[in-house]
Amino acid sequence: MWEYTDKVKDLFLNPKNVGEIDNPDAVGEVGSIICGDALRLTLKIDKQTNKIIDAKFQTFGCASAIASSSALTELVKGKTLDDALKVSNQEIAEFLGGLPSEKMHCSVMGQEALEAAIANYRGEKKPVEGEEKIICKCFEVSEDKIRKVAIENHLTTVEEVTNYTKAGGGCGSCIPDIEAILKDIWSVKPVTERPLVPKKLTNLQKIALIQDVIEKEIRPHLQADGGDVELIDVEGNKVIIALRAMCVECPMGNVTVKGIEEKLRELVSEDIMVEVG
Amino acid sequence: MKPIYLDNNATTSVAPEVLDEMLPYLRELYGNPSSMHTFGGQLHRKIEGARAKVATLLGAEPEEIIFTSCGTESDNTAIMSGVESYPQKRHIVTTRAEHPAVFNFAKHLARKGYRVTFLPIDSKGRLDMDVFLKSLDENTAIVSIMYANNETGVIFPIPEISEILRERKILFHTDAVQAVGKIPIDLKKLPVDMLSLSGHKLHAPKGVGALYVRKGTRFYPYIIGGHQERGRRAGTENIASIIGLGKACELARANLEEEVVYLSALRDKLEKTLIECCPDVRINGDTENRLPNTTNISFEYVEGEAILLRLNEYGICASSGSACTSGSLEPSHVLRSMGVPFTAIHGSIRFSLSRYNIEAEINKVIEIMPKIIKELRELSPFGRESKRK
Repeated sequence: MWEYTDKVKDLFLNPKNVGEIDNPDAVGEVGSIICGDALRLTLKIDKQTNKIIDAKFQTFGCASAIASSSALTELVKGKTLDDALKVSNQEIAEFLGGLPSEKMHCSVMGQEALEAAIANYRGEKKPVEGEEKIICKCFEVSEDKIRKVAIENHLTTVEEVTNYTKAGGGCGSCIPDIEAILKDIWSVKPVTERPLVPKKLTNLQKIALIQDVIEKEIRPHLQADGGDVELIDVEGNKVIIALRAMCVECPMGNVTVKGIEEKLRELVSEDIMVEVG
Repeated sequence: MKPIYLDNNATTSVAPEVLDEMLPYLRELYGNPSSMHTFGGQLHRKIEGARAKVATLLGAEPEEIIFTSCGTESDNTAIMSGVESYPQKRHIVTTRAEHPAVFNFAKHLARKGYRVTFLPIDSKGRLDMDVFLKSLDENTAIVSIMYANNETGVIFPIPEISEILRERKILFHTDAVQAVGKIPIDLKKLPVDMLSLSGHKLHAPKGVGALYVRKGTRFYPYIIGGHQERGRRAGTENIASIIGLGKACELARANLEEEVVYLSALRDKLEKTLIECCPDVRINGDTENRLPNTTNISFEYVEGEAILLRLNEYGICASSGSACTSGSLEPSHVLRSMGVPFTAIHGSIRFSLSRYNIEAEINKVIEIMPKIIKELRELSPFGRESKRK
């Protein structure tokens, strides 16, 4: 049995905005009866202000799919189209007080229906069948969708991708493809401002780098608190320092030394040991 | 609110008579039957009493009954014993309709290098006997075919199958977890070699099961350790539950004929009325050969979990083959093997009754269910299709 929040239960038992708007300005349809859930969203849009005046839904699916659809209509009513497009699947889930992780795909379906409806209103073409690369054939999930949902929700494992998109939840033959997509998305390391460390340092380069880090990264912080540090010697991986000024009698001296060691390990070499000479 | 419990193929309530019999063994009679002192040793006789009751229900001899911890253990033990008994034979035959206790164990053995044939079932959930016959060869170590299906209630032709396998001298195990206590089984007339049953499906508690092993059948224990169960299943006996299982079998035997009539009448009323009151429904499974307590009905254009949770609001307990209820994204493998359209699998609901259900409860379901289906269809984008017809 799923652990649904009271809000999910309430919107499942008493859904709001059920039905179909007569002569809707926009229609968004996602999912299919085969996949086990489907959502048809109809919108009434004020053409002057581009605001969504009314939203109604029809959903085939489980309790969380129905509640997510109802939440979506509540969230977008009164919003301009541009603001409505900013509604993320996380917002839908938050509106419901959270969804079981295996049911996050219900919130994604809501967001997709909204995008489809607005694209329909703006006359944007849907991607033609065959143009999209389908990764999961069981649930017809495209590579574009997996990438988009994975990036927006910071998904890093196949299991999470399955929870959010259903991809990989059927026969499982596409799991290696999903792994490859995730690797491709997340192997790009965030750019950092740390100094570039060459793979293999000579002793001279290493000593110069240690000096540099102590001068630029460590001393300014210590001096700000009235303390100071001096580099005495470097023997292999052992860095010998002397604490100066306020640091000499500071009861937190050990912590300071540990902090210096961590900084040097981070920026110079992982095997550095710091000792007070 | 007292629940209207119509999910008895999932588990059953412990019969009050069963609980009464068990309680002394959870309180004062806590000894170990293997002990030399009377306090523990006297319990040995009690276990033998329970064994005789289980044997009587099945038409077996007491020494042919091994107590286990559950139906799954019985199934795993039987199949493993079969392949270990004939190490030169590397082929296993089973069906696509099996419970995961057999289905996934067979898949596990397939990964270990065994050749496994999963026999197909037809649109009514029946076995194709020609395909079955063709699947057998001199390499077949064991055939494991369920007695009755948990989802649809369809009963397989076990008498016919067991006769064929006896002639071919092929070991035969049947998972009878859903059948024992619901329909008569007489192992004196039925040449099956091994049969699994589970306590909690027939009003005994969870955590106890039994495996019948016909006298003269080669047997290898699965759980190795002490000498309990004559060396065939190690582990200190779960005495209270074994006593409970004995009592449950005694009750089942005493009431069996009456219950078959009572339950099939209630089930038929439920099924017939729901078909009349709700458009676009279908019965899944062969209604000619079915457990008396089970019906599996598909409600098109609506999703099973939604139906179950709406029923839940009225305290009505049932289950579904829909993907959303299984914990995976894949709907019931049994209904899929039957070729039931996905649209109908997602909206499949199983009601399974027990002797404790009364007509008033069935009337309540008949009253509530059409309303729920109508409301959910109004919510569904496919509901219009049902109106159009």
